[in-house]
Amino acid sequence: MIRLKDVEMSYDNGNKAIRGISFTIDDGEFAFLVGPSGSGKSTIIKLLTGEVEPSAGRIMVNGFSTSNIMPRQIPLMRRTLGVIFQDFRLISNRTVYDNLAFAMRVVNTPTRSIRERINYCLDLVGLTNKASNYPTELSGGEQQRVAIARALVNNPDTIIADEPTGNLDPERSLELMELLVRINELGTTMLVVTHEKALVDLFGKRVIMIDEGHVVSDQVGGYRLHDEENAYAGGSDYAWT
Amino acid sequence: MPGRNLLYFLHEGLVNVVRHGFMSFAAVGTTAACLLIMGTFSLLAVNADSILHRLETENEILAYVDESYTDEDTLALKAELEKIPDVLRADFISKEEAVVDFAAQYPEEELFQSLDPEILRDRYSIHIVNIERISQISEAIRSLPGIVKVNAYEDVAGGFVTLRNITSLVSLVLIALLFVVSVFITANTIKLTTLDRRDEIAIMRMVGATNAFIRWPFVVEGAFLGGLSALVAYALQTLIYNSIANGVTRNDLLKLLRIVPYENLSRIVLTGFLLSGLLIGVGGSLSAIRKYLEV
Repeated sequence: MIRLKDVEMSYDNGNKAIRGISFTIDDGEFAFLVGPSGSGKSTIIKLLTGEVEPSAGRIMVNGFSTSNIMPRQIPLMRRTLGVIFQDFRLISNRTVYDNLAFAMRVVNTPTRSIRERINYCLDLVGLTNKASNYPTELSGGEQQRVAIARALVNNPDTIIADEPTGNLDPERSLELMELLVRINELGTTMLVVTHEKALVDLFGKRVIMIDEGHVVSDQVGGYRLHDEENAYAGGSDYAWT
Repeated sequence: MPGRNLLYFLHEGLVNVVRHGFMSFAAVGTTAACLLIMGTFSLLAVNADSILHRLETENEILAYVDESYTDEDTLALKAELEKIPDVLRADFISKEEAVVDFAAQYPEEELFQSLDPEILRDRYSIHIVNIERISQISEAIRSLPGIVKVNAYEDVAGGFVTLRNITSLVSLVLIALLFVVSVFITANTIKLTTLDRRDEIAIMRMVGATNAFIRWPFVVEGAFLGGLSALVAYALQTLIYNSIANGVTRNDLLKLLRIVPYENLSRIVLTGFLLSGLLIGVGGSLSAIRKYLEV
């Protein structure tokens, strides 16, 4: 579960990125976090992953209070999260299998468990036959699916995806979002940060909109997937008037 | 270091060394050169110290007793001499014994074999424990009633004391300076590795690796570079020291210096190099990785 209560965050240069944000994402929930560039989305991710501390307010992530967490507990908190980035962040000189094994080994997973879990995750994202390929041999969509598998291997409670479709074409974006929904249906809490309004509207999930460091709306809505009248064709970023 | 990850850390550390072959070579070369200079000056200081120690134990101050003193008064001087601070002992040598010694030193000089002991004085051979104070001790002996003359090699002793002090000071300054230089170079080499692996480090942090886990491969890399530098420096030091020692031993004049045999020093040199090398390597790697472990 993720809970933010009256969170404020100012950077050292005085720039106030977050101005009193509160919201809760329950266990097993799927939520989009949307807003234009500079609205504070990235800062919220940094707050959730413990990269920065809030100036005020409280943040709870899967039972850890990141607002006053001890430095040595930060790695433990991060083990409850899987993070997916827009630029995939795969290690280019390691195979798909090794990229996943690397993420498991660094948290001391026994070798025997590594193989089993990787096979399961690659199967889930549909890349079983690409285990021995290097990231550069894969398409953008495939690379992002590897990143999803990597986020999943340590069996996190929550996955945070930061603009996961930013580098993908509309068709791949849709496939990827469907994959995230499927993973959520298996029980993983999902927070997807994006600015692609059209894609968000297709899924009818909860959407938290932020602008200038405030939550401006928090509701379930949008068009449903496979609504032919509003078929997704990409584009249509969030415009703020 | 958890046992399960030991092989992983060793593998990653060695891969880093090989991947940045040229920089690793440069780091090993520079650190070995620094260790060699440190070692050379330290060994110079050790030899100067050894020579001084020998001067302390072997050299004697000769104090000649006034001819007008009776045997009783002369023997009473022993206690007075041994009261002087830093005097180890004062051995009485009668003029008769001195004549015999003198004749023994020149066995081929017939004239010296039948000298009258009365031409010499009774004397004390005085051994001291701190050669740095030879001038003060000589002065104190000279000021004793009944002592008419003192022979002490103050200039020679003073020269060695100065040499030891200079080499010790230069060694200390050089060791400190070269240590910092070596740490800096090793840190820069490992910074290249951290730059090369910054994505991996970011991923490790993001999936919840502890700082210790992230740090170990770099520590292994630093330790390997430092250890290798130490072995290279040790091999060169052995060659250089033995060459110089052989040269000195073959020279009739210089052989009086009596260089400390390398066998007596080699274990200390190797241990010192290994410890310094590891300290430089690990220190450099910890300094290089620090900024990546801030959050």
